[in-house]
Amino acid sequence: MRYLPLTDADRSAMLEKIGAPDVDALFVDVPEEARLDGPIHGLPMHASEMAVEKHMRRLSKKNLAAADAAFFLGAGAYKHHVPASVDHIIQRGEFLTAYTPYQPEIAQGTLQMLFEFQSQVAHLYGCAVANASMYDGSTACWEAVAMASRIARGKKRKVVLSGALHPHYAEVVKTMAKFTDDEIAHAKPAMTAAPDTDGLISRIDDNTSCVVVQYPDILGRVTDLQPVADAAHEKGALLIVVNTEPVALGAIKSPGEMGADIVVGEGQSIGVGLQFGGPYLGLFAVRDPKHVRMMPGRLCGETQDAEGKRGYVLTLSTREQHIRREKATSNICTNSGLCALAFSVHMTLLGEKGLRQLAMENHRLACLAADKLAAVPGVTVLNDAFFNEFTIQLGQDARAVVRKLARDNILAGVSLGRLFPEHEELSDGLIVAVTETTTEEDIETLVSALKEVLS
Amino acid sequence: MNAPNASGWKPGTPVQDHNAMAGPDTVTGNRALMLEEPLIFEIGNTETTGVDLPEPTGGANRLGGLERSEKIGIPGLSEPETVRHYTRLSRQNYAIDLGLFPLGSCTMKHNPRLNEKVARMPGFADVHPLQPVDTVRGALEVVNELAHWLIDLTGMHGVAMSPKAGAHGELCGILCIRAALEARGDAREVILVPESAHGTNPATAAFAGYKIEDIPANSDGRVDLDALKSRLGPDVAGVMITNPSTLGLFERDLKEISDAVHEAGGFVYCDGANFNAIVGKVRPGDLGVDAMHINLHKTFSTPHGGGGPGSGPVVLSEALSPFGPLPYTARTKDGVVHLIEEEDADAFSEEHFGGKMQSFGRMTAFHGQMGMFTRALSYILSHGADGLRQVAEDAVLNANYILRSLDDVLDAPFGHSGPCMHEALFSDKGFAEDISTLDLAKALIDEGYHPMTMYFPLVVHGAMLVEPTETESKAALDQFIMALRSVAERAKAGDETLKTAPHYAPRRRLDETLAARKPILAWEEPNPPAGEPTMSEQGGR
Repeated sequence: MRYLPLTDADRSAMLEKIGAPDVDALFVDVPEEARLDGPIHGLPMHASEMAVEKHMRRLSKKNLAAADAAFFLGAGAYKHHVPASVDHIIQRGEFLTAYTPYQPEIAQGTLQMLFEFQSQVAHLYGCAVANASMYDGSTACWEAVAMASRIARGKKRKVVLSGALHPHYAEVVKTMAKFTDDEIAHAKPAMTAAPDTDGLISRIDDNTSCVVVQYPDILGRVTDLQPVADAAHEKGALLIVVNTEPVALGAIKSPGEMGADIVVGEGQSIGVGLQFGGPYLGLFAVRDPKHVRMMPGRLCGETQDAEGKRGYVLTLSTREQHIRREKATSNICTNSGLCALAFSVHMTLLGEKGLRQLAMENHRLACLAADKLAAVPGVTVLNDAFFNEFTIQLGQDARAVVRKLARDNILAGVSLGRLFPEHEELSDGLIVAVTETTTEEDIETLVSALKEVLS
Repeated sequence: MNAPNASGWKPGTPVQDHNAMAGPDTVTGNRALMLEEPLIFEIGNTETTGVDLPEPTGGANRLGGLERSEKIGIPGLSEPETVRHYTRLSRQNYAIDLGLFPLGSCTMKHNPRLNEKVARMPGFADVHPLQPVDTVRGALEVVNELAHWLIDLTGMHGVAMSPKAGAHGELCGILCIRAALEARGDAREVILVPESAHGTNPATAAFAGYKIEDIPANSDGRVDLDALKSRLGPDVAGVMITNPSTLGLFERDLKEISDAVHEAGGFVYCDGANFNAIVGKVRPGDLGVDAMHINLHKTFSTPHGGGGPGSGPVVLSEALSPFGPLPYTARTKDGVVHLIEEEDADAFSEEHFGGKMQSFGRMTAFHGQMGMFTRALSYILSHGADGLRQVAEDAVLNANYILRSLDDVLDAPFGHSGPCMHEALFSDKGFAEDISTLDLAKALIDEGYHPMTMYFPLVVHGAMLVEPTETESKAALDQFIMALRSVAERAKAGDETLKTAPHYAPRRRLDETLAARKPILAWEEPNPPAGEPTMSEQGGR
């Protein structure tokens, strides 16, 4: 077995040193009736590198890769070009095969990277402090709700969710709330050109710990958050803003600028790739430094070593499970370190200049696609304002259209019927995402296919 | 033991007096290959970029009047500068690729590179989680094939694949238990957890709304069966037991514990962090376990990546399987792999399981850590049923070899109770009065090793938990044993130089108190020129 260096001679010599007759003597504490006497029956034996690669390649080929399709899916995961150097750096063994930096003297590489990552995220979100990452956007969203609940010290139990929050994120919050006795006020999304801010504000009351809105929202709409922030703050509630497309923040105001208290989101767009949904990268930041000690997850901070040199350590760990056990702010232990590295490298390659260019190129192509689609008979573009994603209405169940177009390698978008199966009235909606990887030819392909299907 | 290397140095050759050899200070602060590296905020600027993108044309936009006009403040670097920055940073890290990484309970084994190659195949890396199911059948097959292996290796009934890491898996298991109890109208409020458990166990159970009570241990470090039995009752929802335990011991009485817990109407959660020691040797399902998470980044070698991502599928007993989270995959009799989401869960459940769906809900957007599933499956297929069994045997053999090679110089508090499993536990008993486990660990850094897990489990004073894993050769173990023996002897002799270790790392001991007292958690521009507003005054941050 190529991954196991011990030889039989080594094993014998080691058993002799231990004083055991054979290796089974080391498993003496396993009850005899439960011990397996050989390899588990019915499972294959070891295989060569070549054989495994072949098997996996066969499975890989049964999937339609995004690069081989005219591709318009978004709704929480976006296809962007990732520079080749990003993948090179995250495959360096010193990053790939290191662990959580518990021994800072020999983990300054990971720690400095995390400090830079936290700083990049804080700037992007318009916040003071970001943590060293969470599992993904949806779990970060739940952690933000739980944090708001902690800040309210259990005195406010109502969580107001925007109807235009990604339904998977809303489901995660609802699932967790069942076990924490938080009351969830959630409206269904309305198919309107702009989100129903007044309706959202009317649901905020004195018992509200937080309001959760997505920006840009699940239908791609972009709206000023300041009125919601003001209304929340008036009632003593926190505004949590969820962002699933960080590239957007190269073009539109940051949530922090508009009064968000906690900003969370999915970082997958920058550096990480699609990967069928994971691993992704949860981003988590707070606007006001006074909330830092209520945050979940790891935080990296600057300090000095015994010779006075600048260095970095994991800090404020008295919030965390390995110190506080059942009183911790979260049970989270593992974060998304390597995805944070990929994000940070890609963001360094972009810089503010590249991020703004990338954002505007996304927006330019999205505007082009929206105009071309609006001209297709039977298609209505819902949005007044959007970044790189917008919703169209097809006058028929979009799920069937999506499945039909997929047969011709056109991945037309995410149907609202799949995301909101309980809301039949939304089922003619299709969320279309356009990024810098979308070509004008792709857009033409989608336009002509829709013309044919809808005629 | 080891042959001298080409330089003539061999293990055991004392390094010459370094003071006599010490050179002058350098103007750069660098010391040959030990390179200092500034922050990107100090070497980059907002006008530099390492990508070629078109300049915005300034045409009409539809951003709703919300253009970002304030400075963002994120610096850029050209590609060569970027590659150099991160490469220089990488060299300040210890890693498995550099040497033995004996971090107990973390299973730092070699990460086969085939798995990296496989995970990057376009059909896995470049597919969207919401593509039409017909375009991702191969991805679903990966999920299902891995699920099948995990079920067979653990002797369980079902598996929830979506949890993102170990602690997320624990939460999944505890929520299944709570959902199952609620489904039978049985409100219970207590979860029993041994003191030796990982901190995530009590944190998880508390999060799910349970009160935590300690399970006492007996004199050989295992769960005290009689004490446990006497505590069981109608208020106990279940127990969380780590097996093998964090003391590196197999819980001999687990089957009897499970029977007693079930008898009292509760469930058994097993923390599977240490599954590496028993994979292919014994199945938790045969010991009465109801739920167990498996850290794919431990037993199945997906890279730790400096702290993640992980992946924590949870295997479930027949009693708990119906309550697992959405989405899940299932293979029907016709061989087709289905992806079950909210949309079709009820219909699928009626058709194939003859009843309404009882899932406790969704724990995360999308389907789980696909990138980890492909790597873990590749690892499992490479080893096969025979190789995985060998993994457990070699991991346990290596740990016992370390235990018995050092128990004459280091106190092994449970060394008397028989062989250990995959990790060897030592205490600081016998160290000179002013020398601590931390000092020994830092001295191990100077010897070129990442230290073992320190001060955990909490039940052992000055604990040192050493997990070598199966991917170390005997020569590598022998050199590590020699190094640990040497620093242990120095600790017992009261060698004061231990207290200032490490001496040869990129940094000396870092001041963690300072970091926590005056937290600096993001870069801030140093003193802006007089008259100009700072970034915070501009309202940007």
